Amino acid sequence: MLGNEAIARGLYEAGVKVVSSYPGTPSTEITEFAAKYDEIYCEWAPNEKVATEVAFGASLRGARSACAMKHVGLNVAADPLFTLSYTGVGGGMVLFVADDPAMHSSQNEQDSRHYAIAAKVPMLEPADSSEAKDFVKAAYRISEEYDTPVIIRMCTRIAHSQSSVELCEREEITLPEYKKNPQKYIMAPANAIRRHPFVEERTKKLQALGETSSLNKIEKTGKEMGIICSGTCYQYVKEVFGDSVSVLKLGLVNPLPVEIIKDFASYVDKLYVIEELDPIIETHLNNIGIKCVGKEMFSLLGEYNQNTIRKAFGIPVPENTATDTAIPIRPPVMCPGCPHRGLFYTLSKHKITALGDIGCYTLGSAAPLFALDSTLCMGASVSGIHGFNKAGGEESEKKTVCVIGDSTFMHSGMTGLVNIAYNGSNSTVIILDNSITGMTGHQQNPTTGYNIKGEPAAAVNLEELCRSIGIERVRVVDPYNLKECEDAILEELSVAAPSVIISRRPCMLLKYVKAKSPVTVNEDKCVGCKMCMKIGCPAISIKNGKAHIDFTQCVGCDVCTQMCKVNAIEKGDR
Amino acid sequence: MSTKNIMIVGVGGQGSLLASKLLGSLLTDEGFDVKVSEVHGMSQRGGSVVTYVRFGDKVYSPVISEGEADVIVSFEKIEAARYLACLKKDGKIIVNTQEIDPMPVITGSAEYPSGIIDEMRAKGAFVDAIDALELAKQAGNAKSVNIVLMGRVAKYFDIPYEKWLLAIEKNVKPQFVEINKKAFALGYNV
Repeated sequence: MLGNEAIARGLYEAGVKVVSSYPGTPSTEITEFAAKYDEIYCEWAPNEKVATEVAFGASLRGARSACAMKHVGLNVAADPLFTLSYTGVGGGMVLFVADDPAMHSSQNEQDSRHYAIAAKVPMLEPADSSEAKDFVKAAYRISEEYDTPVIIRMCTRIAHSQSSVELCEREEITLPEYKKNPQKYIMAPANAIRRHPFVEERTKKLQALGETSSLNKIEKTGKEMGIICSGTCYQYVKEVFGDSVSVLKLGLVNPLPVEIIKDFASYVDKLYVIEELDPIIETHLNNIGIKCVGKEMFSLLGEYNQNTIRKAFGIPVPENTATDTAIPIRPPVMCPGCPHRGLFYTLSKHKITALGDIGCYTLGSAAPLFALDSTLCMGASVSGIHGFNKAGGEESEKKTVCVIGDSTFMHSGMTGLVNIAYNGSNSTVIILDNSITGMTGHQQNPTTGYNIKGEPAAAVNLEELCRSIGIERVRVVDPYNLKECEDAILEELSVAAPSVIISRRPCMLLKYVKAKSPVTVNEDKCVGCKMCMKIGCPAISIKNGKAHIDFTQCVGCDVCTQMCKVNAIEKGDR
Repeated sequence: MSTKNIMIVGVGGQGSLLASKLLGSLLTDEGFDVKVSEVHGMSQRGGSVVTYVRFGDKVYSPVISEGEADVIVSFEKIEAARYLACLKKDGKIIVNTQEIDPMPVITGSAEYPSGIIDEMRAKGAFVDAIDALELAKQAGNAKSVNIVLMGRVAKYFDIPYEKWLLAIEKNVKPQFVEINKKAFALGYNV
């Protein structure tokens, strides 16, 4: 079972009633798998802040609740989290946060453990799928017993690895009668001042729990060296050393225990801490006066594996070889038929500055389109263009756009658009509406008209929404039509008014979108000018001086046909 | 049994996740401790993708690093070469000879390497190269390249043929089972 599927199973078995999340790799499947259980109410919220507050509401009403997000999602959810630490919970509440060391699919490599420390909430870190499920149930017990939200920290190699899991029955929890408790839940200063000492006291109790809890495992064998680690690093340590070294595996990674660490340190001659990303455990050891070796041997960057550890300890890595020929890199690319391609070509052709956002369309930054100028975080394109244009004035307004997907716009682009309308910049906002949350693997969102289970739901009308915000110039274009796109972009840039262009066409990978026959190159007509190559379609290559279209990839979007000056690209007959 | 390592490499969208799912389910049913590690998201969009399958009595790490892979199954020609350093000294490479140009080749900033299979052999690797795309087309669906290659993988493992077919039935959508069984047989017998 995938780590994320095991988490979902844990939610089911723990009797969880409400799950609200926003998709984000590598956390997405937690909520998708949870939605397969009829006993759990699941939803995609517009963003992680909303999701966390939904889970808070469910907890306030007495139910066990959850939300899942990627590491940067916790930045968005940080506001409710920090005060939830003060209110504590009604029904147990757990946040699942998936870090992405090595940035397989992320814009930074932040270490979520800092949040648990800063918000003063307990954090658990499982090391495989079986533990992931068990830790979910432990987290709900801790949440209710210690009156606190709990964070479970995942990472790509736990979330997206499959290992075996034993299934148990669901624990049914009866919803208690609702009782008003303003001293606990209204965090105005007078009440919050009284809750803060509770938080500090709770941390001490949780630290005491860590001293005895089976979440932390001590494997005392050889006295020569001992390693303290958690999560996926435990697996790498065991892979390299087996049972030959002593290991303290931490499952409760915040607050960290003191006594068992001191005891473990005194048992071994030399103590090492192996942890990916930041030296959190190592700093704790320094604080309690225990000498150890950590980041002086290991990197602050990226993922580790068994060879990272072998190399650090001077153990030879298995013999291996590599080719002398340099293998060209294969970066991810926009898919054949991607509706964003035609629009990005227009931006690229006219050398328009484009502030980008988070989603598949970040790929428009790559060769040969080079269509983007920035990517920061969810929603930053819309807020950013306003600042860019306020700084650059009319000159920049006439050659700058921002691009943001439909889901990202709902997540946190809307507020930026409100700012554009309210504070008056003549910015041109392009919403790339492909009718789905694409990059994370096709999740529904408030604009698609369907909920997480695929049932019909209310759909936000983007045109009306933008108009009601105060944008008068709102228009829709088909990104497969290069001329229409070009005309719209050039016109809106020239007008001294804020405007929104909605580039609308569903993602080519959606099941209901049917591919057309692949186009083919008439080699007699093709002059090998490579105009069709400018759109960066992976289905097009040059073979023997002529354009060649790979029929296994082409979906017949016809964008390349519009690029060809000699009409050499013809519609297929299949 | 000591841990065995299979790496599946290819281009995002070629169906390597289904192949790893099939292997994972088959090996679990065979009673092994199995770990399968995948990467989803950004890298799936036409990028180079790699999936690790590890099985044995007790598997710890979910990933395979340099010099550890018993078998590398490559869905595309140069992807095998990209991960050659992960191959064990006496490891085997099963490679689909299909060429998919990466973006630097499409834009002309790099050339698609030639003679890469000979070079891997010269480096001492055992390379079993097959045209899985052609066989997939013969089976009736160009998308069954993944199952053709699993058929080839089956040659090198001591698991009965019928068990593989059961795993296909279990992991493939009912309407594609027949085509995939055909694809599997073509890969096995080529």
